Amino acid sequence: MMHLKEIAMILSCEVYAGDESDNYNIKYGCASDLMSDVLAFSQSGAVLLTGLATVQTIQTAYIAEISAVIFVRGKKPDPAVISVAKEKGLALLGTEYSMFEACGLLYSRGLRPTMVCEEQPRKHE
Amino acid sequence: MNSVFKQAFKIQGGHIYNAGKASTEIKTILKQLGIDTNVIRRVAIASYEAEMNVVMYAKAAIMTIEVTPSSIQITVDDEGPGIPDIKIAMQEGYSTATPEMREMGFGAGMGLPNIKKNADIFKIESIVGKGTKLFIEININ
Repeated sequence: MMHLKEIAMILSCEVYAGDESDNYNIKYGCASDLMSDVLAFSQSGAVLLTGLATVQTIQTAYIAEISAVIFVRGKKPDPAVISVAKEKGLALLGTEYSMFEACGLLYSRGLRPTMVCEEQPRKHE
Repeated sequence: MNSVFKQAFKIQGGHIYNAGKASTEIKTILKQLGIDTNVIRRVAIASYEAEMNVVMYAKAAIMTIEVTPSSIQITVDDEGPGIPDIKIAMQEGYSTATPEMREMGFGAGMGLPNIKKNADIFKIESIVGKGTKLFIEININ
């Protein structure tokens, strides 16, 4: 469990939507540019790291009960994307870090993954 | 079983940018009805995957949601090309998606298997050249 404020600090994020004082307690981390995988393997209460800065990403996150979305590699969302995130009550942030670096930083600080495939059980716990 | 709530949504094929509107609306309605959050998540994912399939492959569809005291039922009746081999279409990773769909993060061949995974009852019928019908039921308790 990690508060979104801490995640924003670790990744030097710009905040586009979501009040930092809100209760964004993040249970897991997941990273994908493939929304099909987010729908199939994520769990509620996760933060999603992605390079896909589209309205579909926000819709998918809302459907899958993702708490916050972070666009990596310095991707800037369109006003329409920010507006949908605000409408759905999703926190939306951006970082200059690459997907690999951002995941590594969060994992090394204790955030654990959500995308556990049944066929390949992980042994990190 | 008595219906607590029933609503039909029209989905237009090809409008990928607006895709997901019906499912997000369904999710908002179920929240207002006070349905358990895990059930809502399963319904939302199943209906969203079905809606994306219509947007990506069909001309149009009617998606109906019916809430009863014991379950939530979703039917999707589309006007589209149909599925020649349902057994193959149900395999994870099988996809006939276009590059445009893949650029939007979809079309990875996970849709139908993921609907089945989230459903307690899942039925699919398809006629090539006519369309596909889905029936999804998710128990509330």
